[in-house]
Amino acid sequence: MAHGRVWAFGENVDTDQLAPGALMKSPLDELARHCLAGVRPEFPQEVAPGDFIVAGKNFGMGSSREQAAQALVHLGVKAVIAPSFAGIFQRNAYNLGLLVLECPEAFRLHEGDQLEVDPRSGTISNQTTEETLSCVPVPEFLMAMLEDGGLVPHLERKLKQQKAT
Amino acid sequence: MNSRPQTLAEKILSRASGASVVQPGAIVTGQVDLAMIHDSGGPRRVSPILQRLGVPVWDPERVVVITDHYVPTFDADSEQILALTRDWVREQGISRFYDQQGICHVVLPERGHLRPGMLVVGGDSHSPTGGAFGCYMFGIGATEMAGVLATGEIWLRVPETLRIEWDGTFGPGVLAKDVMLFLCGQLGMDGGRYQAVEYAGSAVARLSMQERMTLSNMTAELGGQAGLVPPDETTAQWLQAHGSDPGDWALWHSDPGATFAEQHHFDAPALSPQVAAPHSPANAAPVAEFHDVVPEVLYLGACTGAKLEDLRAAARLLKGQRVRSPMQLWVAPASVRDRQQATEEGTLRILEDAGASILPSACGLCAGYGPQRLGPGQVCLSSTARNFKGRMGDPTSQVYLCSPYTLAASARAGRIMDPREFLEEA
Ligand code: SF4
Repeated sequence: MAHGRVWAFGENVDTDQLAPGALMKSPLDELARHCLAGVRPEFPQEVAPGDFIVAGKNFGMGSSREQAAQALVHLGVKAVIAPSFAGIFQRNAYNLGLLVLECPEAFRLHEGDQLEVDPRSGTISNQTTEETLSCVPVPEFLMAMLEDGGLVPHLERKLKQQKAT
Repeated sequence: MNSRPQTLAEKILSRASGASVVQPGAIVTGQVDLAMIHDSGGPRRVSPILQRLGVPVWDPERVVVITDHYVPTFDADSEQILALTRDWVREQGISRFYDQQGICHVVLPERGHLRPGMLVVGGDSHSPTGGAFGCYMFGIGATEMAGVLATGEIWLRVPETLRIEWDGTFGPGVLAKDVMLFLCGQLGMDGGRYQAVEYAGSAVARLSMQERMTLSNMTAELGGQAGLVPPDETTAQWLQAHGSDPGDWALWHSDPGATFAEQHHFDAPALSPQVAAPHSPANAAPVAEFHDVVPEVLYLGACTGAKLEDLRAAARLLKGQRVRSPMQLWVAPASVRDRQQATEEGTLRILEDAGASILPSACGLCAGYGPQRLGPGQVCLSSTARNFKGRMGDPTSQVYLCSPYTLAASARAGRIMDPREFLEEA
């Protein structure tokens, strides 16, 4: 399984930091270039596909704007790991194909650590410290939706299957 | 059968998912009884997705569309958004369409669409308002709404219930709005943990339906997924009067012995009127701490704070009085029906005589979408739900939140004022 590095953030990362309100009418590409730049200016440039975001509690608080999750998907973020998420953000994330993992011990993960995750069993392996942490396992139906790339492609596939049978 | 006592939320979700018992944490798929969308997050966002999926809405009878955010239109873009909404409604064969009839969360129950025990989704974050009628109603994003409209289903994690009980009787001058500002201050904007919040106790049972709607509405600010008030005789009578069949309303309550993840008890008579300072509803404190704040604009508006009873509360304090100049009082009645009633009974006249400008029945300044916005540095006292930075206008504007009573008292005093000062004489 591919691994990626940790980008560490604090508590209450809000939707304005993820998708700044002033750029809501801009194309996703431009919006994503400002994602979390207010907190860590180098993040949108340097984050590599497969990297992880590790944050404190209540990640994604604020508005219900879907672009907050969309920007992270666009940048190739593999998963967000935090002790808790704002409810509407968490739903939007799955619907847009972004893996989010609830991990009470997220604070044990540090900037630059290399991780591998198994969302089905709910394990996070820290290759840097050789520690294994548990997170809440992601139910199978959400994994199926994520693997299809989110709710719309998932429904598209299901509806096609229904027509074929 | 099932002997484990269940919470109201568990009962609704077990019915909607066809499971005999549901436990908090379990993931279920619910059949949606009703989906509500408005002009902003609705047709213009969901229509392209439904087209991509190649399906119409699953059941036009179970979809309610309401225009309120871009109402009245003010430029070519807003006109186009409303035109698109009307075309889409026609194309999908949706008859439950309320065009410019008021704010969605107020119009939906007023037109008889809610019944206790229903599972309802809304394309707006204040959708928990429907919980006042014993519905499990919550807000979802546009992509998820498109999924519901395509399939009629939605997944849910069965929530824990946070029960908030208020006992006794609220004092004069204290309204549901004060209750919610107080709770935001006490529990914080993530206090609801995206679980079900249930409001109960003798003080809540005494509240009217529109006051209960204010509790459920601001569950959004408290961070709950749904904000439920167990239905009772008051609910049943109100529903009947609004053309809805209350059905088996008495079934929809938490069983004695049901498990609540948190229980909070508050003493209703001890609550004083509250004000929340910029830029968060959680910055709430008793009104007395704000007596030196001089607002320029007073806004009596929104689904949260301009329903018929909110207008009546303000009129009670403003009868025969004048808004202290140079302050301006803007009133946007929450729905066309509430506006009609307020006109017929003279409530609106009292407000006009006091110097209020009456604005269209729509989201208006609360959404901050239209041309009317707060200017740089402007201080506003508002009966709305949110005072986030820049929401109602310029990022340097300062919005304080309060109840309709406190707003009216402040209009008379020329600065933020405790309504109890004037209620004694009223
Ligand atoms: S009045 Fe304000 S809070 Fe209510 S639906 Fe409109 S924008 Fe949202």
